[in-house]
Amino acid sequence: MHNAFFQLADLIDANLQSGERFTAWLAGETSDFVRFNHARVRQAGRVEQAYLTLRLVAENKQVSVTLGLTQHAPADHVAVLAELAALRGQLGDVAADPHLLLSDDCHLASRVALNPQLDAAAIVAVVTERAAAYDLVGILACGAIANGFASSTGSRLWSETSSFNLDWSLYAHGDKAVKSSYAGTTWDEALFTQKLAGAVAQLALLQLPAKTLAPGGYRAYFSPVALESLLSMLNWGGFSEKQLQVKRSPLLKLQDGEVALSPLVSLTEDTAGGLAPAFQAEGFLKPGQVALVQQGKLTGSLVSPRTAKEYGLGANADGEETTQSLHMAPGDLPEADVLKRLGTGLYVGNLWYLNFSDRMNARVTGMTRFATFWVENGEIVAPLNVMRFDDSLFRLLGEHLEALTVERALLVDADTYGSRHTASSLLPGALVGRVELVL
Amino acid sequence: MQALKTTFAKLRPNVDFCALRVVETRGETLAVRQDVQEPLTRTVDRGAMVTVLHRGGYGYAATSRLTEAGLQAAIDEAKRWAELSRTRSVFDYSQLQMPEPDGTYRSPQVADAPQWQRRELLDLLMAESRAAKIDDRIVDWGATVALLQTRQFYISHAAAVQGAAGVEQEFHYVMPGASVTAFGNGDSQTRSLGGQYNGYYRQGGMEIVQAAGLIGAGRRVAEEALELLHAPNCPTGQMDLLLLPEQMMLQLHESIGHPLELDRILGDERNYAGTSFVTPEMFGSYRYGSDLLNVAYDPTIANEFASYGWDDDGSPAQKHLLIQDGILQRPLGGAISQARAGLPGVANARACAWNRPPIDRMANLNIEPGDATLAEMIASVEHGVLMDTNVSWSIDDSRNKFQFGCERGMRIENGKLAGVVKNPNYRGISATFWRALKRVGNASTSHTMGTPFCGKGEPNQVIRVGHASPACLFANIEVFGGES
Repeated sequence: MHNAFFQLADLIDANLQSGERFTAWLAGETSDFVRFNHARVRQAGRVEQAYLTLRLVAENKQVSVTLGLTQHAPADHVAVLAELAALRGQLGDVAADPHLLLSDDCHLASRVALNPQLDAAAIVAVVTERAAAYDLVGILACGAIANGFASSTGSRLWSETSSFNLDWSLYAHGDKAVKSSYAGTTWDEALFTQKLAGAVAQLALLQLPAKTLAPGGYRAYFSPVALESLLSMLNWGGFSEKQLQVKRSPLLKLQDGEVALSPLVSLTEDTAGGLAPAFQAEGFLKPGQVALVQQGKLTGSLVSPRTAKEYGLGANADGEETTQSLHMAPGDLPEADVLKRLGTGLYVGNLWYLNFSDRMNARVTGMTRFATFWVENGEIVAPLNVMRFDDSLFRLLGEHLEALTVERALLVDADTYGSRHTASSLLPGALVGRVELVL
Repeated sequence: MQALKTTFAKLRPNVDFCALRVVETRGETLAVRQDVQEPLTRTVDRGAMVTVLHRGGYGYAATSRLTEAGLQAAIDEAKRWAELSRTRSVFDYSQLQMPEPDGTYRSPQVADAPQWQRRELLDLLMAESRAAKIDDRIVDWGATVALLQTRQFYISHAAAVQGAAGVEQEFHYVMPGASVTAFGNGDSQTRSLGGQYNGYYRQGGMEIVQAAGLIGAGRRVAEEALELLHAPNCPTGQMDLLLLPEQMMLQLHESIGHPLELDRILGDERNYAGTSFVTPEMFGSYRYGSDLLNVAYDPTIANEFASYGWDDDGSPAQKHLLIQDGILQRPLGGAISQARAGLPGVANARACAWNRPPIDRMANLNIEPGDATLAEMIASVEHGVLMDTNVSWSIDDSRNKFQFGCERGMRIENGKLAGVVKNPNYRGISATFWRALKRVGNASTSHTMGTPFCGKGEPNQVIRVGHASPACLFANIEVFGGES
C-alpha cells in the first residue's frame, strides 16, 4: 500500500496545473473481524479497504473527495485522474476559503511495524477453546492499519502497523458481566489466559445477590475505564478551540475561571506516547505533547489548522480537535488500597452511554455497566444493579475528587466505525467523595 | 452491476450458499458556517461483500477490487472463514434457506439528481446563514445540506448461474439542517432545524429542502435560540409531558426500536450496544404500552429515510405491526436471527456499507397516528411541559432506564402554553413509560424524520433509520431542568 499511495501522489503531482496544490490522505486496512457470542463465533470475515482523500486547492479555494481505492494500480490511476478533473471543475462553484491553512513544509517520515505472525484464526481457536465453559461475547479485530499523507510541497508521510484488539465480556447471568480487553501487536496466549482467569475470578462476585441503590449521593471509585468514559465527554467540544471560541465548549466556565478542577487533575494530549499517527491531514506534524489541563486549570486547547487560521493561532491537532492520545497524570493512591480508601460506596468498573444533561455546566448523565460493585468497609459485598448518575464533571473532577491511583492503564480504542480507530489513553483510577445517582 | 453479475456467475465457489452484495455510493456535503463556505466534500465509494454459508459455517469477505480475480479472492476468503468457524459457530447455518430475490426498488425522484445545483444551494445556505446573525449574542450559526446516492445489487451465486436478475435498489437521500448558538450572561443555548444529530432527512429530490423548512430557517432558529437565553430553567417534578415529533423520534428509537432488535435479545450485542429487557417469551402477550400504542416497522413509505424493497440478506420488505394496541407482537429480526430465535421477524438485516456484514437494524420505525389534535392535547393538560427537538440521549444497556434532553420546552398550565423553558430533561423506565401514554396525536401532528447516526454492531456500523411519529402525551413523568 505504501508504494501504491506514493505512486498515486506522484501521479497527482504530475497532473497539477499552474497555481494548483494538493494534499492526499490515505486510510487503509486489512482487517479480520470475528464476533463471538456464548464463546462461539457469530460472524467472521475479512475487510480490505483503502480510502484516498484528495484535496485540490487553487486561488485559495479548496474542494475534496474521499475515494474508495480498488488497490489495483491501473484502475486507481484512472479513477484518481478523473476525480482530479472533477475537483478542478468544482473549484468554480465555491468561494475562496479565508480559513484555509495547509502546511508549506516538506516532511518525510515513515514508521512501519508489521507483524506477519498475527493470525486471527489462531486467536479464534484459543479464545473459543479457553472460554468454552463461559459465556464470552465480543469482537476480535486483527490486521494491518495504514495511514499516509502526501502533498505538493513534497511531503511524504507514512505509518503502518499490525495490531489486534480483542474486546470482550464474560457474562455471569442477566446483565451481570465482567468487561475486559486485550490489545497489542504480538499475541501472547499466556497473557490472554491470565486475563481470562482474572475475569473468571470476578464472575464469582457477580453471582452474589445484587444490590439496588436508592437515588442519592455516594462515595465512588471509578476504574481507569470508567474514568475514560467521563473524560471522553470532553471530546464533545471540550478541548476544541473552535468550540471554545463559539461558546459551545462544556469547559467554557473552566476557561473563564468561574470554576476550577482539583489540583490533582493534569491532562495532556500526548501524541508522542500514543498510538495514533503523529501527522494530520493538512500536512502538519503534531507536537509531542499539548498540556490541556494543569493542576486543575485549563492551559491549552486543540487547534486545527482551520481554527488556527481563523483566530491567528498555531495549529496542534486534527481537524476534529479531539484528543487521540489523552494522558492523565497519576496520583498517589496505590491500586491495592482503593477499596480501603473507598470504605463504603461504589466500585465502578464501567460506565455507559454518557451524554450532557447541561452542557454549559459540564453536567453529564450515564449508566453504570458491567462489573460495578457495592463496597462496605473496604470489602466488595454485592454487584450493583445498573444505576443512572447525573453529575457535573466540575464536581466529580473538582471538589469531590479525593485521589487518583498511582497505577495507570493504557486503554486502546476498540471503535471500528468506518475503520479501526487508533486513539488511546493512559489514565489512573479516580476516587470521589460523592457522585449523584438519580434513577 | 449486470457485468458484475456475469463475472460472479462465472466463478465456482463450491459452497452450500454464496451471495454477492455490491454497493456504490456518491455523496456531497455543502455547508456554510458563520457566513463562510465550509470546504466542499464529496465521497465516491464502490465495493462488494461476498457471504458464504458452508457446512454450517458463515464467512464473509469485503473487497473493492471488483474484477474476476478480486471476487474470486473474496469468495476464497469468505469460504475460509466459513470453514474455520463451522465447528465453533453459535448457529448451524446449514439449517438456513436463504432468499433468492428478484426485483428493483427506487427512491422517489431518483431522476431528480441532476437538480443538485451546487451554486444555487450554496447561495441558499449563505442566505440562511446571513439571516441568522440577527443579534450580537448569536455566536455560532450555519446551514447545511447533504446528498447521498446509493446503488445496491444483491444476488446469490445459484441465482446468478441460472440467469436470474437479482435485486437492484437505488436510493437518493437528502439531508438539510441548520443550527444557531446564542450566548449571553454566561449561558449558551443552541437551537436547530429538526435536531443537531437528526432531522427532516428523507429519500427523494430537492423538494425535501423546502419540505424540511430549510428555507427561512436561519432567522427562525436564531430567534428561538435567543428566546432560550432569556427563558427560565425547565421546572422540576412529576407532571404531564407532551413530546413533539422531533423528540418522539428519539424516544421511539431508543426505548422501543433498540430493545426490539432480535440480535440484542439473542445476546450478540452484549459486549457493545447492550442487551434488552425484552425476552423471547414476551412476544404476543407483553403489555409494552397503553392501548393507544401502535408501532410499525414500515419500509414501504416512499420518502421515509430507510425505505427499501429488500434487506441486505435478500428478504422482501413489508410492513408489520410490532406493537398493536399496546401488546408486543414481533421483534426486529432478519432471516438469520429469526431462524436462531424461532420467532417471526421483519426484513431488517442491513449493513451500513459494502465493508460491513448485515445485522438487525431498525429501518423505518413509526408510531401510528391517533385521533387527537395538538390543541386538544395541550388543552387536556393541567400542569405539564411540552418538549421538542432532542439534544441529549442516554439509556442503559438493557434499554430500560433512560434520560433524554431537548432543545426547547414550554410550560403548560391549565390547558394553555405558558412560556418557553430551557434545558428541558426527563427520565423514566421504558417498561413503564409507554404505559403512561394517554393521548396520541392525529396525522396532522405527525412528522417524518430520520437520522444517519444509528450506531451498533461489532465491527461498528452507523446506519440510516427513519421515524415518523405524531405528538404524544404522557402522564406523570419525572421532568427537570439544568443547574440552578
